[in-house]
Amino acid sequence: MQQKSLVLILARDLADKLASAVLLVDGAGTLVYFNELAGEILGQSFGEVGEVPLDEWAKAFIALDFSGTPVPFEQLPLVRTLKDQAPHHSAFRIKTPAGDMRDIAVTALPFFARSDELVGAAAIFWDHNPAEPSVLANVEDPPQRADGT
Amino acid sequence: MRAKIWGCRGSLAAPGPETVRYGGNTSCIEIRPSDGRLMVIDAGTGIRNLGVSLGEHHPERIDILLSHLHLDHIEGLGFFMPIWDSETELHLWGPPSPTRSLKEGMSQYFSPPLFPVHLDEVPAKLVFHDVPQTTWEIGTVTVRAQPVNHPGPTVGYRLEDEGKALTYISDHEPALGLDLRAVSPDWVSGYALAYGADLLFHDSQYTEDEYLHRVGWGHSSIADMVTFALITKVGHLLMFHHDPLHSDEQLEVMLARARELWGTEPNGLSLSYEGMEIDLAVERELPIAAD
Repeated sequence: MQQKSLVLILARDLADKLASAVLLVDGAGTLVYFNELAGEILGQSFGEVGEVPLDEWAKAFIALDFSGTPVPFEQLPLVRTLKDQAPHHSAFRIKTPAGDMRDIAVTALPFFARSDELVGAAAIFWDHNPAEPSVLANVEDPPQRADGT
Repeated sequence: MRAKIWGCRGSLAAPGPETVRYGGNTSCIEIRPSDGRLMVIDAGTGIRNLGVSLGEHHPERIDILLSHLHLDHIEGLGFFMPIWDSETELHLWGPPSPTRSLKEGMSQYFSPPLFPVHLDEVPAKLVFHDVPQTTWEIGTVTVRAQPVNHPGPTVGYRLEDEGKALTYISDHEPALGLDLRAVSPDWVSGYALAYGADLLFHDSQYTEDEYLHRVGWGHSSIADMVTFALITKVGHLLMFHHDPLHSDEQLEVMLARARELWGTEPNGLSLSYEGMEIDLAVERELPIAAD
């Protein structure tokens, strides 16, 4: 019988209790869970999506930098974290499957059950508010859109 | 494979007239697989009596599987007679912490002021094994250890021998933050260890009312224990790790409640008691209460 890593089980419990949007992937890069807040930002519920490979699920979204240039899938924080097993943070714009544009900041963290055993990763994300200066040096504030927002 | 319980009390030894039927010694189970070797799960105070029963003619090699290093699971080891025999080869298996190996963790207990003798001064040959992440073999037994939900590094064990499976999860709070009935089973701590086991030793520390005030302490309510056993489809559930404050009479009330929750499921459940022996190779009804 297959079972999720205990670290992911506990992370899911934490995600359900946090007032932050959280998305979880396992060590193989399969999207295994995101909480309701994440669902609100992404415009989908986890029940609608289910467990799918992250790269497959990500096709439903278009990621852009704040100048409108597409961000390659490999440059997204969670994908980088799975690849190099290190934390990453960035802010960018996404177009959801429903066509909504959202500016989000994402921090991705690797989960190790043992020092040599990556069992998954979490992406914590939220609406990026350009009016509030970022505390992280590598976060670029998005330029204002043409409509002034 | 046979199992004999030498201690099934949780948290703290609780000797006294109110615990004589089910016993006051903390966790320890003797395992005798088909090849006859001696394996022991946990080294609570019950292991002292196991050592006494072995006498001078104990096996040269003994394997002890430790679920975690909370005192009630290791405090008997210093009083287990074979470790004072230089002919003994004692293999200790258990979970490391992120910063300390099993040996380093155990040496904290085996050193003054907690214990008068340093670990390195123990006469027996001690061989420490951080539990592997994959299954391994000890004689005819295939062993699997997996982390389970309990504060600090803690594992449960699944032992398979001659087609029979025994699972031991003595300290476990699988329902923390989860509705066990609503969530997919692969999100339940301990599921892979327990699934389809012929016999499951499982945490049964709290009544449902007690659990409401002890969420996060790492133990199960009767209701969660029963739900866990039902979703893992075990052959027989043995209620284990009795709370030190629970008398024999209270344990029997808890057993009755567990049976009520168990419903009409064909398989059984029982209270663990000191001296209880189970032969997994024999198809028979397990005892329902201590004599």
